[in-house]
Amino acid sequence: MFPYIPNTLEDEALMLKQIEAASIEELFTDIPSDIKLNRELNINPQMSEIEVQKRVKQLSSKNRSTEELVCFLGAGVYDHYIPSIIKHLVSRSEFYTSYTPYQPEISQGTLQAIFEYQTLICSLTGLDVANASMYDGSTSCAEAAFMAAEYTKRKTIIVSKSVHPQIRKVLETYMKFKGIKLILVDIKDGVTDTLKLRELADSKVAGVIVQNPNFFGIIEDMTEVEEIAHDNKALLIMSVDPISLAILKTPGEIGADIVVGEGQSLGIQMNFGGPYLGFMATTTKLMRKMPGRIVGQTVDVDGKRAFVLTLQAREQHIRREKATSNICSDQTLNAITAAIYLTTMGKQGLKEVAYQSMVKAHYAFNEIIKSEKYNVVFNKPFFKEFMIEATQSVNVINDLLLERNIIGGYDIGVDYPEYKNTLLLCVTEKRIKSEIDKLVSVLEEVK
Amino acid sequence: MREYSKLIFEISKEGRCAYKLPACDVENIDIAEIVPEHLLSKKDLFLPEVSEVDVIRHYTLLSNKNYGVDSGFYPLGSCTMKYNPKINEDMACIPSFTQIHPYQNEKTVQGSLQLMYELSEKLAEISGMDQVSLAPSAGAHGELTGLMIIKAFHENKGDFKRKKIIVPDSAHGTNPASASVAGFEIIEIISNEKGGVDLDSLRSSLSDEVAGLMLTNPNTLGLFDENIKEISNLVHEAGGLVYYDGANLNAIMGKARPGDMGFDVVHMNLHKTFSTPHGGGGPGSGPVGVKKELIEYLPVPIIEKDGEKFILSYDKPLSIGKIKSFYGNFGVLVRAYSYILSMGAAGLKKASEMAVLNANYMRSRLKDYYYLPYDRVCKHEFVLGGLKQGSNEVTTLDIAKRLLDYGYHPPTIYFPKIVDNAIMIEPTETESIETMDAFIEVMISISKEAGENPQLLKNAPYNTTVRRLDEVRAARNPILKYTKMV
Repeated sequence: MFPYIPNTLEDEALMLKQIEAASIEELFTDIPSDIKLNRELNINPQMSEIEVQKRVKQLSSKNRSTEELVCFLGAGVYDHYIPSIIKHLVSRSEFYTSYTPYQPEISQGTLQAIFEYQTLICSLTGLDVANASMYDGSTSCAEAAFMAAEYTKRKTIIVSKSVHPQIRKVLETYMKFKGIKLILVDIKDGVTDTLKLRELADSKVAGVIVQNPNFFGIIEDMTEVEEIAHDNKALLIMSVDPISLAILKTPGEIGADIVVGEGQSLGIQMNFGGPYLGFMATTTKLMRKMPGRIVGQTVDVDGKRAFVLTLQAREQHIRREKATSNICSDQTLNAITAAIYLTTMGKQGLKEVAYQSMVKAHYAFNEIIKSEKYNVVFNKPFFKEFMIEATQSVNVINDLLLERNIIGGYDIGVDYPEYKNTLLLCVTEKRIKSEIDKLVSVLEEVK
Repeated sequence: MREYSKLIFEISKEGRCAYKLPACDVENIDIAEIVPEHLLSKKDLFLPEVSEVDVIRHYTLLSNKNYGVDSGFYPLGSCTMKYNPKINEDMACIPSFTQIHPYQNEKTVQGSLQLMYELSEKLAEISGMDQVSLAPSAGAHGELTGLMIIKAFHENKGDFKRKKIIVPDSAHGTNPASASVAGFEIIEIISNEKGGVDLDSLRSSLSDEVAGLMLTNPNTLGLFDENIKEISNLVHEAGGLVYYDGANLNAIMGKARPGDMGFDVVHMNLHKTFSTPHGGGGPGSGPVGVKKELIEYLPVPIIEKDGEKFILSYDKPLSIGKIKSFYGNFGVLVRAYSYILSMGAAGLKKASEMAVLNANYMRSRLKDYYYLPYDRVCKHEFVLGGLKQGSNEVTTLDIAKRLLDYGYHPPTIYFPKIVDNAIMIEPTETESIETMDAFIEVMISISKEAGENPQLLKNAPYNTTVRRLDEVRAARNPILKYTKMV
């Protein structure tokens, strides 16, 4: 017997009788015998709950998590505080066991939560409209590049080298197959080289992609980048850390046309890389080019306010190959998570998360530099991450840190060979002074 | 409390808060001292100010306006809304899975890597493929990845002519959309009288410009295409590859495998066949499996076993590249892994058998009341074409809306497009005969109501928290966010 299969042998007999079949096997005679699997699948035998738990926990116990280790690793995924109420709300089965809200009359919960999420993302980014989510920050950025190409009818995208290397790799894949040229613009002193950008930008460029704070943690001044993009009638696409928007100039204030980013920081577990949340917002002008689901407000026949999936003429189930994107399943539950997070933290809380992360990161930076064992790489304003140059390889340093139960920084040299022995460290509001002091003292021990 | 209709912004009150952080224990700094003023925002952040109780009540009340698999029967064709076992949720929430940074040193994440490695091996066996990548985030993302692999395969052989993908008219909308994103043109072929691929239409579409064919089998009518071997042979002879849309894999687990039917690339929807929850639209997971000749094109990284160690390998020069951040929707993968452990080989096979038996039972009982365009044994789902006693007034939409009054999630409607007034029903194996009987009785009642009082259906639903919506108004004058009332 299988707990998830309720019908008994008696039920089976009754059903077979109704359909006038002698056996279940008879229902599979349309599968030609030469392609039938005439053996059992070579996988595990069925297991009880106790056995499943035991097996899975055997695996999980081989990991070392941030429950026991102190995390100073960031690089796009952040160990921010997650309020307890999130798991209680998101694990309400009416949310997590429902399908895409195609039947709005019985899906107002999901639809309203997405509507609120869209509002919150617009508020954070300063743009007009947001969609219901994309897979993650990288694919959201690739979709933004497609949008720019479609809107401008141009086939070149420029991306700054200060954008997360992983986003750039995903862009490379997507653009290559779609036949869009991807040009890399170099960096100077840790930020997008605007002189070089000016040389590269012309009337063939559909969009310019930059990141803020950039991969090195630096807050870039986007004034010139915005001018260059718009002087060439290209779109400005910004990838941003949503937490930073509580303090930093918003993409809306900067003049971005499309803003994307990784929403993992907004109450979503690090989960070894996923599922995360790609967010996307744009201007009213570009609204109908946006990929993904969008929820709109309307009324029902009684005049009652209600919410519904809208502007569906953009989507694959209506437009097929002419759709703005192929996306169908998205990350709705994580969008709801982000909405609950932003609601819980509220105006003051998000500012405090941003402020504490920033102040603690600066404390860590100053203390590490004080030891004179590490060099400052870029003398630029930064948010919650910063780079330091060591005299030892990053592996040696991180191994030592791990021995002391600390997860060290990201090895910048992996993606930027010109920066050898360079660590990218991250400090969030979760870190306390004693943990930072311990990091500093272990770093000082490095020979 | 069904009447609750406030937005979170409408219950916000200045000074309320729902969070508590520890006091900042390093020296306070004025942000203006470390960041030039022109890099800081001048705008005030517009976020709600509410208490913790407010947040809990608000979202709990919202959830009450939703309908999930745990609420009741969800016979949504093509979506495989089977029960989502709770043990899987528990396993996915183990802190030493959830609290792992993806860039942690490999030696600290061996458990996660091993789980992924083992899951990909199991999925390869179930689908009959040689290797599986767990990277894609959803079914459509799997399609895109698979099509990129097909393109890379041809181009690596120096064949740049193959710019077309064949898609049957019964296919999911994502098929042509994914092909377009992967840079292909689409050739649509028609279905034959049995709902399968029309071989003549296929033959005449094949050429040295065709990169491949995308197929769902059983197809979106729930019918197994008996010509599948001939179809794949024809495509292979013309130099193309055959892609399997795994949306309907729940019909054949342990009975037949795409890999044995001649498919070269498949994607599987873990949020359908492997019981992971749909989350109101996602996150899902769409692993892609390939045959031997295509392994080297899979997206990076690949999880490999090096002695006793598991590693993430990026050194794959022919790979299509990276298709998303990191390695896959890990939390979803844990759920699917637990599900396969629970079910085992015999359980998965039984699941498919019962999914098929349940569908045939419902088909057989409903065909006297609803038009059944393809009257033959179906697999895990079947498609009706509206009321049998055709009504000029009552539409498939009206029937769906009336079902809401009876407390059911309606079937998929108006898909596939090749059946007029389509009602696509997929009960799944996790429903009992009693549940199906009760639904069938309601469907029969509705068919009678349609004859006696069509207006009753035209105005349905009556018992839901909101009634039929003005969708035209939503699209014409889009209101896509809350703006403060003045």
